[in-house]
Amino acid sequence: MSSSVLYDAPGPKARVRNRIFSVVGVLAVLGIVVFAVLRLNAKGQFEPEMWNIFNNASVRTNIRDGVLTTLKVFAVAAVLSLLLGTLLAVGRLSDHKPVRWLVTGFIELFRAVPLLITIYSLWLLFLTYKSELGFSGDSTEFWALVIGLTVYNGSVQAEVLRAGINSVPKGQREAAYALGMSKTQVMMTVLVPQAVRAMLPTIISQLVVTLKDTSLGFVITYKELLYSLQEMAGNILVNDENPYFPMIVVGGVIYITMCMVLSALATWIERRGRRAKTGIPVADATQPTAGGDIANQAPVDLPTDLPDIK
Amino acid sequence: MNVLLDHLPEFREGFLGTLAITAASAVLALVLGILIAGFRVSPIPPLRAFGTAWVTLLRNTPLTLLFLIAFFVIPQIFFPGTSPFVLAMGALGCYTSSFVCEAVRSGINTVPIGQAEAARSLGMTFTQTLRMIVLPQATRTVIPPLSSIFIALTKNSAIAGAFSNTELFNVSKLLSDKGFAIGWIFLWIALAYLVITFTISGAFRLLERRLEVAR
Repeated sequence: MSSSVLYDAPGPKARVRNRIFSVVGVLAVLGIVVFAVLRLNAKGQFEPEMWNIFNNASVRTNIRDGVLTTLKVFAVAAVLSLLLGTLLAVGRLSDHKPVRWLVTGFIELFRAVPLLITIYSLWLLFLTYKSELGFSGDSTEFWALVIGLTVYNGSVQAEVLRAGINSVPKGQREAAYALGMSKTQVMMTVLVPQAVRAMLPTIISQLVVTLKDTSLGFVITYKELLYSLQEMAGNILVNDENPYFPMIVVGGVIYITMCMVLSALATWIERRGRRAKTGIPVADATQPTAGGDIANQAPVDLPTDLPDIK
Repeated sequence: MNVLLDHLPEFREGFLGTLAITAASAVLALVLGILIAGFRVSPIPPLRAFGTAWVTLLRNTPLTLLFLIAFFVIPQIFFPGTSPFVLAMGALGCYTSSFVCEAVRSGINTVPIGQAEAARSLGMTFTQTLRMIVLPQATRTVIPPLSSIFIALTKNSAIAGAFSNTELFNVSKLLSDKGFAIGWIFLWIALAYLVITFTISGAFRLLERRLEVAR
């Protein structure tokens, strides 16, 4: 339903009323903005010196290193979570009951526990056995963050992929078996590739969630973008004020840009997928939930009359 | 086992803290989300633009960054001395409201076009159409996504624990600082979250069944 059905093309009276509402709305938003600007100004957050800190070489290096660290965590966690996700999805569709139960338990446990608690517990665990595990420097935090992100996002990706595998038409599997392919071959060369294709937008949306969640490294004092920003904001004093506002503006812009580029990719792939005529519906690119519980939703986007593969 | 029994009061307090912060921000997210979904389909361009900006910005910002804003910028600039609970509620509520808004908006889109057309031809205004015809019917399709949004909210509330709120993450931090094995603490905390999330999904399934109509 397009939103224009909800109202007629405005007549003279409605136009006047809409204009009044527009003015009131704009004034209300402006009022809040002006108030915020005045208060920020009173705190000296708009002084040129405050923003001059970004001309400082070490501040720039810190931000660059922060972005690179964030991207490094994201890259490793993304690759590992996709691998784990495929493994878990295949495991959950396995013919062997114990494997199925074990994998289902794993997926449900790590999807239910907040990621922050997983990461924090892993961090403490790694700190306790630091020397035995051979960690040095900040690699303890790095691996706690990466493994935490991997088990959580891997579990979610597994559910997404499972929904994708179940959406592949039954004939594909039957044809593959009829050709004499083994179970592994059918799964890896026929079902998974088509499932990935169908679910690619959802998978990428979940990667956006992974990218956003790298900021949880802040809590375990890992020096990614958010932590370096906060550290700098806390350490630098300009005219006796901490430059929290400039730091958050810069950090916010960086994060939003990174996430929006990835989201745009998902939307683009979704639109391309709509054009192809493979008979397999391509999932929505929207991120349906706050924490990325896409898997709960994925079946909603797919036709419900598809065969259930055990 | 001992960790739980010896520290039952702490666990109880953390559990109640998680419940409180989740419930409070869920209410805020619902109210804001529905309001902004209304903005996004309204005939007034500035309101539509505001709604779009709100959703785009909040959905692409890490929640931790929002918490940073709430705890380091808001008290300095707007209201000094706001309690951590209110600040956490604001951050969680605003973040989740963008997801609620999108769920409500796609719910509005699933209501058959004839419903709104009929309402319009009866002479109902935009507000009346939305409030009395479209939103009540959208409720049914919005409930399943809302359930997973609130489950995600429950899990996100753990971040509030890192910002001096008493809830389950805070308890796990407190007890591990006291030197208890993290494995057991993790399991008990996981169980507590499972209880909350199962309750939410159960309640929503019940609601879904109650609102079901034969079409």
